[in-house]
Amino acid sequence: MDPSEIQKLADLAMIKIDESQITEVAARISDVLALVDELQAADTTGVKPMAHPLDTVQRLRADEVTEVNHRDEFQAIAPACEDGLYLVPKVID
Amino acid sequence: MTWETVIGLEVHVQLATQSKLFSASSTAFGAEPNTQASAVDLAMPGTLPVANEQAFRYAVMFGLGIGAEIGKESVFERKNYFYPDLPKGYQTTQLAKPIVGPGIVEITLDDGSTKQIRIHHAHIEEDAGKSLHEDFHGMSGIDLNRAGTPLIEIVSEPDMRSAEEAVAFAKKLHGLVTSLGICDGEMSQGSMRFDVNISVHKPHEPFGTRTETKNLNSFKFMEEAIALEVERQIDILEDGGEVIQETRLYDGDTRTARSMRSKEEANDYRYFPCPDLLPVVIDDEYIEAIRASMPELPEARTERFKQQYSLNNYDAGILAANADISAYFEELTKLTEDAKQSANWIMGELSARLNADDISIKQSPVSAAQLAGVIERTKDGTISSKIAKQVFDALWAKEGSDADSVIESKGLKQVSDTSALEKMADDVIAASPKQVDNYRNAEPDKRPKMLGYFVGQIMKASQGQANPQAINQILLDKLDKLL
Repeated sequence: MDPSEIQKLADLAMIKIDESQITEVAARISDVLALVDELQAADTTGVKPMAHPLDTVQRLRADEVTEVNHRDEFQAIAPACEDGLYLVPKVID
Repeated sequence: MTWETVIGLEVHVQLATQSKLFSASSTAFGAEPNTQASAVDLAMPGTLPVANEQAFRYAVMFGLGIGAEIGKESVFERKNYFYPDLPKGYQTTQLAKPIVGPGIVEITLDDGSTKQIRIHHAHIEEDAGKSLHEDFHGMSGIDLNRAGTPLIEIVSEPDMRSAEEAVAFAKKLHGLVTSLGICDGEMSQGSMRFDVNISVHKPHEPFGTRTETKNLNSFKFMEEAIALEVERQIDILEDGGEVIQETRLYDGDTRTARSMRSKEEANDYRYFPCPDLLPVVIDDEYIEAIRASMPELPEARTERFKQQYSLNNYDAGILAANADISAYFEELTKLTEDAKQSANWIMGELSARLNADDISIKQSPVSAAQLAGVIERTKDGTISSKIAKQVFDALWAKEGSDADSVIESKGLKQVSDTSALEKMADDVIAASPKQVDNYRNAEPDKRPKMLGYFVGQIMKASQGQANPQAINQILLDKLDKLL
């Protein structure tokens, strides 16, 4: 992993990585990728891919409204609210 | 220089479930901001999704409606991006294993020809919340009531070649999902939203670079946006330029579009299977039970309308295409016991007004019962067909509660009273000596045509209220006496 790839990943994940740490982060991510490479060396011929490590299926719930309005509680811990809306730094499309 | 247009659609359809896809919050439209956003919808730490069975049932119904293969094992994946109206930092969606596989939708064009549009797949996903960008002290407001509402995204192949085909396809899908009852079809509330991929190329050359115009929520906007984008791309290419792959936003108020982001800035969504959700497995028994209880679809309804109401193929097709229009038509016909008149009113005056105001028939200010009153009063001779349109307009403008009250309050009753009509005939004859002379001197076979002048004058003087059959006879008698 070169530093520019690390920077791109950081941007996508919205994580700030200090310039001085990039070399170290690159090395650590490379170690993880090496581990993945090792796993990929295993022979999986004839093994059906799984979407999830648990060998079971999703249970579905009935379509019923059971949640009630807890807006006041949620907004009590929000940094900024107005007219029932959560306020966030201005986002422009 | 001729260009060929290529169009593909991605259609977001809000499913008509009571509760959300992964939480038991209500999906009802129009609630106070954030009163229908639970801890799951807000992505509070420690919360987990539990999938709604009804969303799968509806998606399977859609799949069966387009003859698609149903994904017996479908898998949720995370589409990662940051936006404040997406609290989790990812949208839970499907990618590699969607619930609905390839299918076909047949569209009918204005000239009566048909065309098959291939569906690539349809998948289940959750909707995001809404961002309000009006100024809150330099901040944006977030309403998460819509966050987690179940959607199916229907992805077409690039099989459409004109705005007309794209709109016909969009209307066909609207008719299908409303007939299935899996979506309320209220486009103005965002229940159906269209992303349109457009490119142009020279005949026999490969497809051009495409752009995507996002979030169109009316057929009218869709048609306008396509025309605008096709023209823009052709202008660029004819000036020797290059079309850039980008996402564009269309503004229906100003009829303009602008670039939202180009491919270089495009997100890398880093999809991966959602560890919080297991694969959803459905079996043949489940699918067959749904197939057995499918509601009437537009094709079958068209046939029924032809049989039951003796409508021609064209009329039946239009009235049966959309569940709400069908329901209106059947209610109206039940009241008027006149399918042909009911069909004519819906496809004529009513459709024209709905189109002009860009609203659906469910939002029509004139109910089937009110329109039935107008038709009844036309048939029993109380008003002429010309006045009927006036009564309809008044009902549309909410100037009365029913046809009778409008006719009464505006004094629109047709004049059939013989003495009043005779007076009108005498007046027009006295005022038109030249025309009377002409009538007298004309060949007998020319006279019926010349009668039209006198009838016209009387209709004008009576503001359309004279009974045309009665006035014809009276004029004929009076003029013949002058011969």
